[in-house]
Amino acid sequence: MQVNSEFKPKIVAFCCNWCSYAGADLAGSSRLSYPADVKIIKVPCSCRVNPLFVLRAFEKGADGVIICGCHPGDCHYSTGNYYARRRMTLLFSMLDYLGIEKGRTRVEWVSAAEGVKFSTVMNNFVSKIYQLGENVKLGDLRCRK
Amino acid sequence: MQEVIKKRVKELFDNNTIVRAIGWENGEFFYDHTPAVFDSAADMDVFVYDNFCASNLSKYLINHCAPEGKTLVLLKPCDTYSFNQLLTEHRINKDNIYIIGIGCDGMVDIDKIRALGIKGITKITQNGDELVIDTMYGEKKCKKADVLLEKCLSCKGKKHMIYDELISENEDEMPQDASKRFDLVNELENMTSEERFAFWQNELSKCIRCNACRNICPACSCRKCVFDNSASGVASKANADSFEEKMFHIIRAFHVAGRCTDCGECTRVCPQGIPLHLLNRKFIKDINTLYGEYQAGETADQRGPLTDYTQQDVEPTFISDKEVK
Repeated sequence: MQVNSEFKPKIVAFCCNWCSYAGADLAGSSRLSYPADVKIIKVPCSCRVNPLFVLRAFEKGADGVIICGCHPGDCHYSTGNYYARRRMTLLFSMLDYLGIEKGRTRVEWVSAAEGVKFSTVMNNFVSKIYQLGENVKLGDLRCRK
Repeated sequence: MQEVIKKRVKELFDNNTIVRAIGWENGEFFYDHTPAVFDSAADMDVFVYDNFCASNLSKYLINHCAPEGKTLVLLKPCDTYSFNQLLTEHRINKDNIYIIGIGCDGMVDIDKIRALGIKGITKITQNGDELVIDTMYGEKKCKKADVLLEKCLSCKGKKHMIYDELISENEDEMPQDASKRFDLVNELENMTSEERFAFWQNELSKCIRCNACRNICPACSCRKCVFDNSASGVASKANADSFEEKMFHIIRAFHVAGRCTDCGECTRVCPQGIPLHLLNRKFIKDINTLYGEYQAGETADQRGPLTDYTQQDVEPTFISDKEVK
């Protein structure tokens, strides 16, 4: 595979308002670094993330989408992340079934106290996306070569 | 069977039990039966029921129930699942509906008969498990089992899930082999990611965005669909937005995930022959393996797997970290 040194991935991170966004904040105020390729979108709860949002992000040029929420059991709205968990499992499985690289999507639970975890998760995810390269498959799904 | 049903429906019209009936009538060709609304016993004269009445009538109840009085609907066993699902979602009101459950021993795909090299077909009659086909070039025969519709190959059984009255001879018969249902899904799963992509790219590129799969689907019953473009000035005009163009099939399949009864209508109506049911079945298989066996529409009061959860559900990382083939 030809490695494009110019490649700068675009990564969308949906972070829930109550845990993960605060976790990102903590990572910042603790001076932990994570790549600038990650663009955070704040959502009220991880279950606010409609599967369409993930697809829309890819369509708009994202190379990876990560969804962060409170740990199961800790949801601010009690059960939101449980629903998100089922939805995203099915969506990711479907993308895999269609032949899209499954490393491009991820769900991680990050609490408000886990600034370190936030930074590790993002670093790992971004390096994974660097390996995978640009996201072309999803856009080409309906364009027979 | 056709005459028995016709007689019974006429009786119900005559004793004022029903004011309307939904069934099938002859379409442009004898193998092309279309759903029809009958408003009187006299209308019922053109009613047909034979090997080509594949369409699922449940969805028509949403828009074609009589404003007052009962509407009769004829449901084959597999259609009753969709009916239950619509009841669950409060899209129809059982109080206004009278169901006659009718027996079915599989519907026939005219294209499969043609694929056998039989041309100029003028009439098809059933004789036991054999079809007698009159053609312009003489009489031909074929086994019915060889020309069944794709959806009938994974028949859910001959038992009606809901009915007010039955006209059926084979109620207890079970499908020959329902275990084959996920064979093609398994086959795809066992391919490498590249092969799967090539398969789907080839299939989905055929799509002309006619929206037939959406319009026929009993689970796709939203009043306002994300795929409608209200700005176009034409009812149900498909959006020409690139997001939809690319993602239509993923979104469509996801929207019915956990609610799809696997009735197979999407694949049947696809003019391009895309095996859309394989997308729905993937979701069904995942739901069955990850969250427990679930058949949408089995009863009208069950909770769908996507509106439910357990604390022990698998994490999505289970998919993301799965070994790459």
